[in-house]
Amino acid sequence: MTNKHEKVEKSVGLFFILTIMAISVGGLVEITPLFFQKATTTPVDNLRPYTALEMEGRDIYIREGCHVCHSQMIRPFRAETERYGHYSVAGETVWEHPFLWGSKRTGPDLARVGGRYSDDWHRAHLIDPRSVVPESNMPSFKWLDVNKLDGELTAKKLETFNFLTRNRTHKDEEGNAIPLYSAEDIANAKSEVAGKTEMEALIAYMQSLGHALK
Amino acid sequence: MSSFWSIWISVLSLGTLLGCYLLLRMCLKNFADVEEGESTGHNFDGIEELNNPLPKWWSTFFLLTIIWGFGYLLVYPGLGNWEGLFGWTSSNQGILNLEESRAKAEYAKENNLIVQYDMEVKSADAKYGPIFDAFAKRDIEDLGTASDEEAITARKVGQRLFLQNCSQCHGSDARGTTGFPDLTDNDWLYGGKPYDIKHTIMHGRHSQGMIGWESMLGGEQGVKDMTAFVLSLSGREAKEGSVAKGKANFAMCSACHGQDGTGSDQMNLPIGAPNLTDNIWLYGGSERVIQESIRNGRAGVMPAWDEILGHKKVHVISSYVYSLSHQ
Repeated sequence: MTNKHEKVEKSVGLFFILTIMAISVGGLVEITPLFFQKATTTPVDNLRPYTALEMEGRDIYIREGCHVCHSQMIRPFRAETERYGHYSVAGETVWEHPFLWGSKRTGPDLARVGGRYSDDWHRAHLIDPRSVVPESNMPSFKWLDVNKLDGELTAKKLETFNFLTRNRTHKDEEGNAIPLYSAEDIANAKSEVAGKTEMEALIAYMQSLGHALK
Repeated sequence: MSSFWSIWISVLSLGTLLGCYLLLRMCLKNFADVEEGESTGHNFDGIEELNNPLPKWWSTFFLLTIIWGFGYLLVYPGLGNWEGLFGWTSSNQGILNLEESRAKAEYAKENNLIVQYDMEVKSADAKYGPIFDAFAKRDIEDLGTASDEEAITARKVGQRLFLQNCSQCHGSDARGTTGFPDLTDNDWLYGGKPYDIKHTIMHGRHSQGMIGWESMLGGEQGVKDMTAFVLSLSGREAKEGSVAKGKANFAMCSACHGQDGTGSDQMNLPIGAPNLTDNIWLYGGSERVIQESIRNGRAGVMPAWDEILGHKKVHVISSYVYSLSHQ
């Protein structure tokens, strides 16, 4: 009998293909089916699209790397729900591209931070975290209060989200998909954010977090 | 889940396990044309390769993990629509709103379903529920000032909850910071009676909001004069001429801050206009800051905590907050 194992060992191409096959099984079983499940692709009832300002705030959240230290994923453990509120459910993030669940908590989870603190608090906290929480090790983000948004790309961002969420939106009474943003929303996008500070945008975004399950 | 995906998952999962078993079996066979334990003839710098079989302990453990895998998939819901022998699940799935979440949790409780999160909450409720119930039976003033063991415990629990939820604004010592009230000084914007405190925490407070007064006071000089008068209210030094001019305009302010400047709370109005006569300053008492407040206005917001914490926890926090200024 020939040594089949030797064949694999001596052919890089075959070894490569077999390795790819072996490591893709996990994804094929655990991830692929989720793209097609009702439970993971249906938006929760109260989910609403981000406003133009919130959308810009979300991009600032990504740009400043907030997701590196703050998760947006409350796991179904009592210790977490006591502190942060109801555990996160799939239907809350079906319109997130990319999702900002994060994987590390140097700071607290922010999935339901909306409404917990006043706008004034967020502003004071982002300019100088230790002015309100002396124990905090969060960096200061004071430039956000200086930088102004011009809104040049805001409309494009909304259009992109319309495209990305085209199969995941709420349905109207006749079962037709309702796009996230109407033509009017897109037309007004620039004027809604132009001249606002990045601070205002980021705070608007954070105050919206968790709105869908209240 | 549709039966297609259920089959997809099952076939791939079980197929992988079976594949692992076949791979192990193949590797246990001797395909080389050399006896086990003999030299394969490969010799590198005097190091000789022997045709040794896989170690027995290793292949046995490999086999055991495969068996474990089958057992796991039998007990837990890993194979598509198969719910597992005991119907275990980590939390309720497919929730679209809070009512649905509560209904599902209730259903799981009534039917003794094994929903790990719900069971965790249930056992915690059984343990802590009676403690909070006992706290809720006593009124805030009693709980905040009595020296029996239960009241002391309640205040300690209240302090923990305060540190978790309130200290971000009011400080871990509850002494507040610029723009966020000190809770230890017995000076209140919305009343310091036990019920007022509880109401504030439960439903939050949106201050009426002080508007900017510069134009109404006739510009920069008007702001300076008013600042002088406000400083004089708490007995601080200010230019006499300015004070008199400021006083003449104070009628505009008195609707919220009162005729004598003692604040809205003195008039039992829940609008959060501070007492200006007591030298306690929410936004700072320097001349510059007072001018800023008058020029641009101020508006503080206290968020509502009823939905986040529930009234029993708010009750305990209220008693802690009450105790801070009634020691």
